Amino acid sequence: MINFLLIPILIPFFMGMVLMFLHKKVRLQRILSLLTLFCAAFMALLVMVKVKNEGVQTITFGNWPAPYGITMVADGMSSLLVFTTFVLGFFIAWYSFESIGREREQFFYYPGLMFILTGVTGAFTTGDIFNLFVFFEVLLMSSYLLIVLGGEKGQLRESIKYILVNVISSALFVIAVAYLYSVVGTLSMADISVKIAEINQPGIITTIAVLFLLVFGLKAAIFPLYFWLPSSYGAAPIPVLALFGALLTKVGVYAIMRTYTLFFVHDVSYTHEILLILAVLTILAGCIGALATFNVKQIIIYNIVIAVGVILFGTAQMNETGLEGALFYLVHDMIIKAVLFMLVGLVIYVTGTSNLRKMGGLMKTYPVLGWFYLIAAFGLAGIPPLSGFIGKLLIVQGGFEAGNIWSSIFLLASSLIVLLSVIRIFIYAFWGEEGERVTVEKHRYNRMFFPTAILVIISVAYGVGSEWLVPFMDNAAKILVDPSIYVDAVMKGGE
Amino acid sequence: MEIVMAFVCGFLFMAAIYLILSRSLLRIIIGTGLLSHGAHLLILTMGGLGGESPPVLGEGVTDYADPLPQALILTAIVISFGVTAFFLVLAYRAYQELGTDDTTKMKGSDEDD
Amino acid sequence: MRTNNLILQFTSKFVFFIIFFFAVHIFFAGHYTPGGGFVGGLLMSSAIVLLVIAYDLKTVQMILPVNYMYMTAAGLILAVGTAAFPMFKGKPFFTHFFDYFHLPLIGKTSLHTAALFDLGVFLVVVGVTMTIIQTIGEDE
Repeated sequence: MINFLLIPILIPFFMGMVLMFLHKKVRLQRILSLLTLFCAAFMALLVMVKVKNEGVQTITFGNWPAPYGITMVADGMSSLLVFTTFVLGFFIAWYSFESIGREREQFFYYPGLMFILTGVTGAFTTGDIFNLFVFFEVLLMSSYLLIVLGGEKGQLRESIKYILVNVISSALFVIAVAYLYSVVGTLSMADISVKIAEINQPGIITTIAVLFLLVFGLKAAIFPLYFWLPSSYGAAPIPVLALFGALLTKVGVYAIMRTYTLFFVHDVSYTHEILLILAVLTILAGCIGALATFNVKQIIIYNIVIAVGVILFGTAQMNETGLEGALFYLVHDMIIKAVLFMLVGLVIYVTGTSNLRKMGGLMKTYPVLGWFYLIAAFGLAGIPPLSGFIGKLLIVQGGFEAGNIWSSIFLLASSLIVLLSVIRIFIYAFWGEEGERVTVEKHRYNRMFFPTAILVIISVAYGVGSEWLVPFMDNAAKILVDPSIYVDAVMKGGE
Repeated sequence: MEIVMAFVCGFLFMAAIYLILSRSLLRIIIGTGLLSHGAHLLILTMGGLGGESPPVLGEGVTDYADPLPQALILTAIVISFGVTAFFLVLAYRAYQELGTDDTTKMKGSDEDD
Repeated sequence: MRTNNLILQFTSKFVFFIIFFFAVHIFFAGHYTPGGGFVGGLLMSSAIVLLVIAYDLKTVQMILPVNYMYMTAAGLILAVGTAAFPMFKGKPFFTHFFDYFHLPLIGKTSLHTAALFDLGVFLVVVGVTMTIIQTIGEDE
C-alpha cells in the first residue's frame, strides 16, 4: 500500500473531526481518543520498521511526478519522531482525564489534541517546504486553542503574547520561503537540496539560511528568541504544558535539523558556526533561568531551553556521531519532558502550589512519587544508564571529533547545573518540614500517577535498551549526513 | 515593476512594525494583518511578475506565468484569515476579562515568585 | 436600543438571496475561473451577517437553526474524506478523478471530485466565520 506512511497522520485527523460532533459526551471522547492514539502509535511503529527494512518511504500527493507535487517522506528520523509523538500523545491524553477538568473536556479539548498531533506528525513527515509551513500552522492553530482553553485571566493574557510571537514568526517563514523560491525555483525539499548543490550555495542562500534559523529558532526557543517561552507555557494547564514542552519546541528543532542537514551544507564554517555559538548561549541562558526561579513549572520550562541548546549543539557538529547523538537526545528529551511535567503536575496537585518555598516533606506521604521523580531527574541529567546518557555521550564525542573541545566541556559542565536545578525540586518538595496540606482525592491521584509511572518506566527502558535502538538511529543519522539518500528516494518515488 | 513592488512590501512591513509596536491590542492585530499582506505580496513578487500568457508549460513555449506563487498566496491568505479572526476573538475576550486593551497593563503573572 | 431600520430589514430580505445565489455561482465558477469554495463561503457568510445586522442573532438563529461547529466538522470530514478516498483505490492521497456526463438541461458537463473537496471548504469557511461572529455577538 503506497499511502501507508500517511495512515498514522490521518487517523488522528479524522478522529478529531468525529470528536467535534461528540464534544458533550466526555466518556466516549476519552475512550475514542485513547483508542485512536493507540492505533496511530501502532501504525507509526509499523511505518518505522518498514522504513528501517526497506529504506525511505515517499508518496507524492495527487499522483503528480516527484518534484512538482507535494511529497511526504518518511525517513529514519521522521518515522522515529512520529512514533514517539504518538506514544507521548497517548500517555498525555490518559493523564489529562483527571487533570484537565470537565469543562475543557466538553469544550473541544480532545479534538484540539488530535489536530495538534496531526500537525506535529505532519510537520515531521512532510517533504515540501511550504507544506511544512501549512503543518506548522495546523499545529499552531490547535495550540492556540489548547493554550487559551478555560479562559482564565492568566491564560488570556499570556496567550495573546504567544499568538503574536507565532504570527510574526509565521510571516517570517512565508518571507523566507519566498526568498528561497525566488533563488531556487522549487519547493520540494529534495529538489531544493539538489538545486542548492548545483549553484554551490552563494551568499544569498547563506542569508536565507540565517533567516530560516530565525524562523525556526523562534519556534524552538533558541538563545535570543526564547523570551516568550517561560511565561506563555507557564499559563497553560499541566497536560497541555506537557504536550507543548514535549512536542512543540521539538518541531522547531526538527526543522532546523532538517534544513541544516539537507539544504545549507555547503558553507558549514559560517552557518553551523552560528548554530554552535547560539546553542552554547541557549544552554547558558536556560541554566541561568532554571537556577533563578522557585516556580517548579518554570524550572522544567527552562530545562526545555537547555535541551534545545544541547540538541542543536549536536546538530552543529555535522558529523555522524554528533547527529546520531542529537537524535538520541531529541527522542530522550521528548519523553523525559513529558514525564517531568506530569510528575511536577502531581506535585502541584498534592501540595496545591507551584512555589517551591511552600512545599516540603512529601517523601513521608508520597514516597513512590519521590522515587519516580528522582529517577526522571537523573534521566534528564544523563546519569548512566538512564535515558539522557547515551545521547549526551555521543554529542560530546561528536564535539571532540569536530574539534570543538571547549564547548564540549562546557556542555558536560552544564549537565551538572541541569542536575542541580531538578534536584532542587526534590530537596525542597520532598525533604524538610511538611508544608501546607490540601485535600487530595486518592483515586484521582492514582489515576494521574499510573500513566506517569508507565512513562517513567518507558524512559528508563529507552536508556537501558538504547543498544537495541542503535540500528534505527544509525539508519536515521546516515541520511542526515548524506542527503543524497533522501534526494534519491524522493526523486525515484515520482517515477 | 519589481522595484515598485519591493517598495510597496517595504512600506507595508514598516507600517506593520509601527502598528505592532503600539500599545493597543486592536492596532497590534491590524499590524499583524498588514505584515501578512506584505509577506503575500513578497511571494508574488518573488515568483516573478512577468508572463502575460496562461500558466501552461508545453513544448516550445517560452512565455508563461508561474502558477505556484498564487497557490501559495491563497493558502497563506486562508491561514492568515483564520489566525486573524481567532486573534480578534481572543482580544475581545481578553478585553472583557482583563478590562483593558493596553498591553503595558498585561505584564506580570499571578504566581510570581 | 432598537432604531427604526425598516428599510434595511426589507431590502436585506432580497439582497440575502442575491448574495446567496452569487455565492453559489462563484462556488461553481471556481472550477475553471477565479472563485471556489473559500470565496463562496465568505460570500455566503457575509449574506448571513447581513441578516444578523438587519435583525439580530436570535432571529437569525431561529431562521437558520444550524450548529456552525458541527457544520465546520462536517465540512472537514467531507474535504479530507474526498482527499482520502483515492487511497482505497490504491492511488496517492489527493488524487482527483473526473469524467464527462450528459446531464439533462445543462448538456455535456465535466464532474470532478475536486468539487466535493471544495464543497467541504465552503462548509468549513461558513462554519468558522459564523462561529466567530456568534462568539463576538452573543454578549451584546
